[in-house]
Amino acid sequence: MATATTHAQERAAELNVLVRRQRSLWRDAGYRLMRNRAAVLGLAVIVAAALMAVFAPVIAPYDPTLQNGKVGNFEPVWTGSKYTSPDYVLGTDVLGRDMLSRLIYASRISMVVGFTPTLVIFTLGIAVGLSSGYFGGLVDQVLMRITDVVYAFPDFLFLLIIVASFRNSAFGLLLDGLVLIFVALAIVGWVGVARLTRGQILQLKEREFTEAARAIGAKPARIMWRHLLPNALAPLIVSAAFSVPGAIIGEATLSFLGVGIRPPTASWGAMIQQAFPSFSTNPWGVLLPAVSISIVMLAFTFVGDGLRDALDPRMKT
Amino acid sequence: MLQYTIRRILLIIPTLFFVALITFTLAKMAPGSPFDKNPDKPPSQATIDRWNRYYGLDKPVAEQFAMWLGNVARFDFGVSITRQRPVADIIGQGFPTTAQLGLQALFLSLAVALPLGIVSALRQNTIVDYASLFFATIGTTIPSFVIAIFFIYIFGVGLRLLPFVGWGTPQHMIMPTVILSLGSAAFLTRITRASMLEAVRQDYVRTARSKGLREQVVIVGHVLKNALIPVATVVGPAAAALITGSFIIETIFSVPGIGREYIRSIVALDYPVIMATTLLYAFFIVVANLTVDLVYGMLDPRIKVGK
Amino acid sequence: MADLLEVNDLHTQFFTRDGVVHAVDGVSFSLAAGETLGLVGESGCGKSVTALSLMRLIPQPPGKITEGSIVFDGQDVLKMDDDDIRGIRGNNVAMIFQDPMTSLNPVLTISRQISEALELHLKMDKGEARKRTIELLELVGIPSAKKRVDDYPHQFSGGMRQRVMIAMALSCNPKLILADEPTTALDVTIQAQILDLLKNLAREFRTAFILITHDLGVVAGMTQRIHVMYAGRIVEKADTGELFANPKMPYTWGLLRSIPRLDERRKEKLIPIEGLPPDLIAPPTGCRFEPRCQYRRDICREKEPELAAVPNAKPDHEARCWGTQNVPGGGWLVATDWRREVGDTSVIEEIRRGDDTAAAGE
Repeated sequence: MATATTHAQERAAELNVLVRRQRSLWRDAGYRLMRNRAAVLGLAVIVAAALMAVFAPVIAPYDPTLQNGKVGNFEPVWTGSKYTSPDYVLGTDVLGRDMLSRLIYASRISMVVGFTPTLVIFTLGIAVGLSSGYFGGLVDQVLMRITDVVYAFPDFLFLLIIVASFRNSAFGLLLDGLVLIFVALAIVGWVGVARLTRGQILQLKEREFTEAARAIGAKPARIMWRHLLPNALAPLIVSAAFSVPGAIIGEATLSFLGVGIRPPTASWGAMIQQAFPSFSTNPWGVLLPAVSISIVMLAFTFVGDGLRDALDPRMKT
Repeated sequence: MLQYTIRRILLIIPTLFFVALITFTLAKMAPGSPFDKNPDKPPSQATIDRWNRYYGLDKPVAEQFAMWLGNVARFDFGVSITRQRPVADIIGQGFPTTAQLGLQALFLSLAVALPLGIVSALRQNTIVDYASLFFATIGTTIPSFVIAIFFIYIFGVGLRLLPFVGWGTPQHMIMPTVILSLGSAAFLTRITRASMLEAVRQDYVRTARSKGLREQVVIVGHVLKNALIPVATVVGPAAAALITGSFIIETIFSVPGIGREYIRSIVALDYPVIMATTLLYAFFIVVANLTVDLVYGMLDPRIKVGK
Repeated sequence: MADLLEVNDLHTQFFTRDGVVHAVDGVSFSLAAGETLGLVGESGCGKSVTALSLMRLIPQPPGKITEGSIVFDGQDVLKMDDDDIRGIRGNNVAMIFQDPMTSLNPVLTISRQISEALELHLKMDKGEARKRTIELLELVGIPSAKKRVDDYPHQFSGGMRQRVMIAMALSCNPKLILADEPTTALDVTIQAQILDLLKNLAREFRTAFILITHDLGVVAGMTQRIHVMYAGRIVEKADTGELFANPKMPYTWGLLRSIPRLDERRKEKLIPIEGLPPDLIAPPTGCRFEPRCQYRRDICREKEPELAAVPNAKPDHEARCWGTQNVPGGGWLVATDWRREVGDTSVIEEIRRGDDTAAAGE
């Protein structure tokens, strides 16, 4: 193992891929990330979306659930049709609610749904994965059995069933269904993280620095926290960067299918669902939230790809 | 090898059992009854009692599950609550459509992804490569229902080139198949490209070149053989993604398959249908993964299957 | 006698984001048919890149041979079209790589990987190629070759795999074999076996070979001549015996000081050369070894010395060092006793005795 690494290094040196300055891994990764234009753009979009979500009440011109009482909906002003109004730049939906305000408020759902379950998933997944990978034993056995079953249960199928089952319970109604979506996403997601962590730990456990730590009598908790976790962090960060948009897609899809966020709360998926039946006559009601989702998704992917390339330059794809 | 295969096949049974158990437990925990769909005109208690008896819902939960399992073993999946038809009929009717859609999409995604991934790796940092990366990014990033919306807007509503409701004629099949395949095609393109790039820089490729082999021989005989192994391992997950993707695509395009039926049953809490369909999907996914693992063992001589 | 290989002023560069890396920077040497040469130097000195350049196997981009000529058997390799160079690779010039664990294709059988070249260059049919493959495997000492020919690389140990690589290199009776650190990745006990095998087979087949290594101890007894490389250039050239008897360049002394020995009988500590090889994007303008050299003088930083004949030595002994050249301001090392500078010479003495025995045996 050691010789193989030295040879790889020698090889690299031989071909003169010279490492000129010694930078720390993280600073180096940060530097690479900031040099990646797509990632910086994505980061900017995410920050903008987050600000929009936080300051929605300030930015949005109307209450997102306020129906204007006018018959028929307005189209966005740039269409130039007679069904536009300067008061509603992006038009209104079929119930006469301001599209712009709804789109802005909907970003709150996406941001919250993106980050909250990811936090839970990674805390839980890393804890289980660490102990499963390090100690083996019962936790490991149980984790592997769960993994077997989950393997046969595609994430989205599982998500659908959980959401469908609890939708009508008191719990399912909390925050217009948002809490249920959090919980469902967390239940579905943690196993993957636990598995990823476990795999990393199993590899790292055999490495010399772990042996060395154990040899000098370090306690398991210290070995895990100070030696194993930091070394397993890079793939976990990349995975978290992709987990956030995954959760956003999950919510959007559930809402689009009519089992996610409940009306009248605005979510991009729910907006599409409500406008979809009249797609042919009123395409903007569908297109605007669709474009919003696409932009946010691309932003997250750019950042995720950028992080992956920055943290593991060899994996550059 | 044979022993391993048999063990893997036998393992399908407990896996499916747990899938069924989880689904059943969740469905039973669901509040509300599938019968009170119309809040303005709730059915009388007598009617509900009669239905409960009919569906065996008056029995203890464990007994219900045992009964259900027993029936499933005889391929009796019960009766749909909202459709009042045997679940087996509903699945039997939708299955050919879903299978056709799924297989078309699988072949399409492989037919697109393999050449695209290979060519873009061999022509790294050229226009072909950037185009395929762009495609792969869009396809893996944007959810299928959103892409479907753009397709419908452009080809259906705008250009009026393709119908976007129903199934049957080849024209009807184009959009659902293409959009369903998009995600997997993009994913497989990424994997193929990455795997090729990894393979071409291996030492053994230099060895092959040092023997004086032609570049085509090096690529086909040495690089591809290695590069396609990781790709084969993700065809299983890709197939699983196609299955879940089909719910959404069938719902959007009103394709009369099991996917649309599944979403309908989820929304209506029609659990005989939910249970049967979930089990069916799980079965296909387990079989797909098993096939891929066995194929993997055959492709890669380093993997000693069965040891 | 016409030389088999004549390399003239070879420059190979890598165009990286940080700048142009001058990996091989004006290397010239020649090799007669059947002659053996050791190319020695630290990692990154350009020896592997030199070998890859000879076969035009430099990955391009980022690499490129920018200058010079490589005349093999009367033809300039750098002017050949792709078909011609492929006709030479594996056929007239074969290469053995450093790491046998990664240099064999994991998903192809040994038989396939050796037969390939036989079918291509010697136009054998499948049956003949297979028969020849088994013979070759027996020749390199693979036990029960007939049974093992259909195995995959992972079923072989590292040493066995390197034997397979040697069989592969010998398969088409090449005139020249390039062995790039062929034993570095192997266990020490296996190293000697592989080196012996290589030497004996090369002699038997009358094949010239270039042995590339960072370990002067390895080339002793293996090759007739040694070229020491540093920072993309050849810095000392001599017959093997002469080099060990009368090394001139301080860098070579450093290499001699750092020859490891197995039995730990060395009296003093192994002394690595201090510092790192220079950045080949912007190499020093003077002598490239100057920053690390403990014998340096001002002239060393000002101007780079040429590779020039060493006074009081065999005529083909050359060094790129002001200290060994009788020029104004130079020559201060001509009379220095290298033995005192290197310290413990017991390893070297031993190597020399071994080398003499080997020479006597020829």
